[in-house]
Amino acid sequence: MSPFLTLVARDLRLAVRQGGALGTALGFYMLVVTLLPLGLGADLNLLSRIAAGVLWIALLLSALLSLPRVFASDYEDGSLDILATGALPLELVAAAKALAHWISTSIPLALLAPVLGILLNLELDAYPMLVATMLVGTPAVSFLGAVGAALTLRSHRGGLLIALLVLPFYVPTLIFGIASISAFQGPGGVTSPFLILTAISLASVVLGPIAAAAALRLQMQ
Amino acid sequence: MQTFTQRLANPTQFMELSGRVLPWLAGAAAAVLAVGLYWSFFVAPPDYQQGETVRIMFVHVPSAWLAMAGYTVIAISAFGLLVFRHPLADVSAKAAAPIGAAFTFLALVTGSLWGRPTWGTYWVWDARLTSVLILFFLYLGLIALRSSIEDETLAAKLTAVLALVGIVMLPVIKFSVEFGKTLHQKASVLRLGGSTMDPSLLHPLLVMALGFTLLFAALHVKAMRNEILRRRVKALQMAEVERAQAGRLAAAE
Amino acid sequence: MDLGPHAAFIWTAYGVVALVLAGLIAWLVLDGREQERRLKDFAARGVKRRSQGEPRS
Repeated sequence: MSPFLTLVARDLRLAVRQGGALGTALGFYMLVVTLLPLGLGADLNLLSRIAAGVLWIALLLSALLSLPRVFASDYEDGSLDILATGALPLELVAAAKALAHWISTSIPLALLAPVLGILLNLELDAYPMLVATMLVGTPAVSFLGAVGAALTLRSHRGGLLIALLVLPFYVPTLIFGIASISAFQGPGGVTSPFLILTAISLASVVLGPIAAAAALRLQMQ
Repeated sequence: MQTFTQRLANPTQFMELSGRVLPWLAGAAAAVLAVGLYWSFFVAPPDYQQGETVRIMFVHVPSAWLAMAGYTVIAISAFGLLVFRHPLADVSAKAAAPIGAAFTFLALVTGSLWGRPTWGTYWVWDARLTSVLILFFLYLGLIALRSSIEDETLAAKLTAVLALVGIVMLPVIKFSVEFGKTLHQKASVLRLGGSTMDPSLLHPLLVMALGFTLLFAALHVKAMRNEILRRRVKALQMAEVERAQAGRLAAAE
Repeated sequence: MDLGPHAAFIWTAYGVVALVLAGLIAWLVLDGREQERRLKDFAARGVKRRSQGEPRS
C-alpha cells in the first residue's frame, strides 16, 4: 500500500482507538442543535426556515473541536519529525492527516445532520441536498482546518485561536452550501452554487496541505 | 554603491531615511485632509436621495479602502519575508496590523452610522459591510496568532503564512458574500446622485481618500520606526543579561 | 451649519474617526518616546550591541 494510504489508515486506526474525540464532536453537535429551539422558541415554522443554516453552522463549530489534535499528538511524541524526514513529502503528510480528519470526523457529522434535521423540522425535500452539500463541502472544512491546526501547533490557547483563524475561511463553504440547499428547494439553478461549493473544496484539498506543510516546517525548526 | 532598496533594507539606514521623510508625509497628510474636510462639509452638495448624511461617505469609503489596502500591505510584507527574507518585512507587517485594524473598525462604525438614517437599521448584512466585518476578523487573527507565540522569528513567519492564506481567501470570501446577497435582495440599491457618482461628490471623496492614504503611510512609517527601536531595546536587554551572566561566571571562578 | 435631521449621526461618525485617529497617533508618539528613553538609558549605562563594539567599563 502506498505510504500515503498507510498514513491515512494509521491515523484512522488511532482515531478509532481514541474514540472520545469523535464522540465529543457528535455530542457537541447534538447539544448545539438542541440549544437553538430552546433559545429561539419551538415555533416549527421558524425552525424549518433556519434549519439548514443551523445544521451547517453547528457542524462547522463541531468540526473545530477536533482540529487541534490533527497534528498535535504526533508533534508531541516526535512522530511528526520522523514523518517529516520520511519518504512522503510533508505536503502529502498534511493531506493524509486532513483526509483522515475528514473521514473520521466530518463525514460522521454530515451523516448525523439529517437526524438532527428532524429536531429542527427540516423540510423533507431538503434532506438529500443537505447531506450532499455537507459531504461535498466538508473537505474544505478539514483541509482548511488543518492549516489552522498547523499554524497554532505551538500557541497558547490553541483551540480557541483555531476558531478565530479558521471560521472566516469557512464563510464561502457555508454560503454556497446554504445557497445550494435553497436553490434546490426554490427557483433558480442549483448547479451554480453546488459547483462553486465543489470547486472551493477541491481548491482547499490542493492548496491547504501546501500552506499546512509550510507552517509545520516552521514549527519544527 | 547601494541601490535604494538595499539602503532601505538596512534598519539603520531606514531609520535615517524615514526620519527625514516622516515630517513631510505627516504634513502632507494633514494638509490634504484639511482641504478634504473643508470640501466635504462646505462645498459638496447634499445628495438628492440621502441629504446631508452622504457626508459620512467621505470618511466611510476611504476607511474601507484603507482597511483593504492595509491587509494588502501585510500580504506583500509577508511575501517579502518568506520569499525574499527582506530584513524589514516583518517589521512592516507587524506595524501595519493594528493600523489596518483601526481603519477597518472605523469603516464598520461609520458604515453603521451611515446605515441607520439611510436604511433604517444600525447594521445591514449587505455585501460590502459583511466583507469588511470578516476582514476585521482576519486582522484580529493575525494579531492574536502573533501574540500567542513567544519566539519572535517563528511568530513572524507563521503570521506571514496566515496573511498569505488570508489574501487568497479574501476575494473568495468577498465573492461568496456578494453571491449570498443576491439571494436575499431586499435592500435598496444605493445611488448617489445618479448611477455613477456625481463629480461634486466624487472629487471630495478622492481628496479624502488621498488624505487618508497619506495618513496611513505616515502612521505605518512611524510604527515601523517604533518597532525597530523596540527590537533594539530587546537586543540590548539580552546583551545586558548575557554580560551579567558572564560576569557572575567569571566571579565564581 | 444645518446638517439636516440626521446631524447627530454625521457628527458622531466624524467624532469617532477623529477619536480613533487621535488615539492611534498618540499611542505611536508615546510608544516612540518610551523606546527612545529606554535606548538612552542603556547608552548611559554603557550597554551596547555587539555590532557597536565593546562597552566602556
